Amino acid sequence: MLTKRIIPCIDVDLDEDGEPAVYTGVNFEDLKYTGDPVEMAKLYNQAGADEFVFLDITASADGRETMLDTVSRVADEVFIPLTVGGGIRTRDDIKETLRAGADKVSINTAALQNPDLVNEGARAFGSQCIVISVDARRRFDEEGEYYAEVDGESCWFECTVKGGREGTGIDVVEWAGEAESRGAGELFVNSIDSDGTKDGYDIPLTKAVCDEVSTPVIASSGCGGPEDMYEVFTEAGADAGLAASIFHFDEYSIQDVKSYLDERGVPVRL
Amino acid sequence: MSTTTTEPRETLASVVMVDYGLGNLRSAQRGLERAGADVTVSDDPSTFADADGIVLPGVGAFSEGMENAGPFREALAEAADRGQPIFGICLGMQMLLTSSEEAAHAGEGEVEGLDFIPGQNVRFDEGQKVPHMGWNELHVKRDHPLVEGVDTGASETPRADGPTGGSVDGEYAYFVHSYYAVPEDDEAIVATTDYGVEFPAIVANEEGNVFGTQFHPEKSGETGLTILRNFVEFCAEQ
Repeated sequence: MLTKRIIPCIDVDLDEDGEPAVYTGVNFEDLKYTGDPVEMAKLYNQAGADEFVFLDITASADGRETMLDTVSRVADEVFIPLTVGGGIRTRDDIKETLRAGADKVSINTAALQNPDLVNEGARAFGSQCIVISVDARRRFDEEGEYYAEVDGESCWFECTVKGGREGTGIDVVEWAGEAESRGAGELFVNSIDSDGTKDGYDIPLTKAVCDEVSTPVIASSGCGGPEDMYEVFTEAGADAGLAASIFHFDEYSIQDVKSYLDERGVPVRL
Repeated sequence: MSTTTTEPRETLASVVMVDYGLGNLRSAQRGLERAGADVTVSDDPSTFADADGIVLPGVGAFSEGMENAGPFREALAEAADRGQPIFGICLGMQMLLTSSEEAAHAGEGEVEGLDFIPGQNVRFDEGQKVPHMGWNELHVKRDHPLVEGVDTGASETPRADGPTGGSVDGEYAYFVHSYYAVPEDDEAIVATTDYGVEFPAIVANEEGNVFGTQFHPEKSGETGLTILRNFVEFCAEQ
């Protein structure tokens, strides 16, 4: 039986000396240093991670160069799938990142600005390596396409850019369907409202996307423990759960999460 | 000489990885090196004969893969006849069969596979998420050098029709695919995996020298490295 994937997310920035370093944040701000990305990937691999997501949060040319080098070093040491995101804007960026050893690339803003990039990437490299990432924000007004019930109120989810600081007016659920039809092989759903809160994933958001598309969905933002993973798998139908801080700060091990899920009948790779 | 710097290790066998212009070859190369192979990535068919084994990697579409593999068709057929080990990974495995529905779905008519293992590749039925992406369990159906392994006790109750000693039975491997192989002869099936339908995860020809995995051993952690190690050891024994 296909198992649910537990994915640690590693945000890579440059430290003061220009070396790659992992930071983790609260609501996309206030970053805290947590270690060397390659060492971290090795530890997570031993701990039973099913996959990794590496995000380049530097958004700079230097950062991009360092990121590709980090990806190569990780890919040479760790034999599980690796998704790389952050700053991927062109077909050449996709190619370069895959060449460095990534199995998938995660594209966010560039795909919203130029949806043809999804088709182009899927045609050239295969749908399996094109992950479309969204930073969703709840909106309680009349401008959306798809509405969900949140705390007794009706809301829709807007795609944002620049770490949630700017709205686009694009409905996440509608965009997810479009990205899929353009050839996206997986959807990576972040929530600006839940990010860093540890209050659980945005279930209505994740469920709305899972109900709309048939490609796999990675739920992200808000995981505070094993029970949040359980909820997003069983109530929202996510295929993978991503978490950062609970693993980085050793609040829970990947095995803790998997044991919890296994005891409750959720298939995981033990 | 291997160029890897991560794991200086004794080299057991020389392996040519066929570069037909698709996908990320780096992981498969590093995985094979870690397993003890001296890997040459090559698009020159004249290098095949001297290698201890040949790997057909693969990510992408069947028709494009076969088109790109066209120049190697003859050299691969000769290698198969000579009894050289040939290992297809993912699309590379699907190419070992006779044909695929994928080419027809893409409106490209009949595209011939390598036909080392008679059969065709078909698409998963509606109702399953496609691609089948993630970690799924291996059920070993018969003995083959590729599936030998340390007995981890993962499979608690050995099946009557299963293998006897230690093997990768019950272990998990990483899959990404929308089509799966249907060999004409059930004997070609070495291991299966369940995704709504029980499909072949590992296939092999009658002689045992041509085989392939639908999953990516180079992305399947320790289990994958065990399988790559089995392949390299098999190459060394030939």
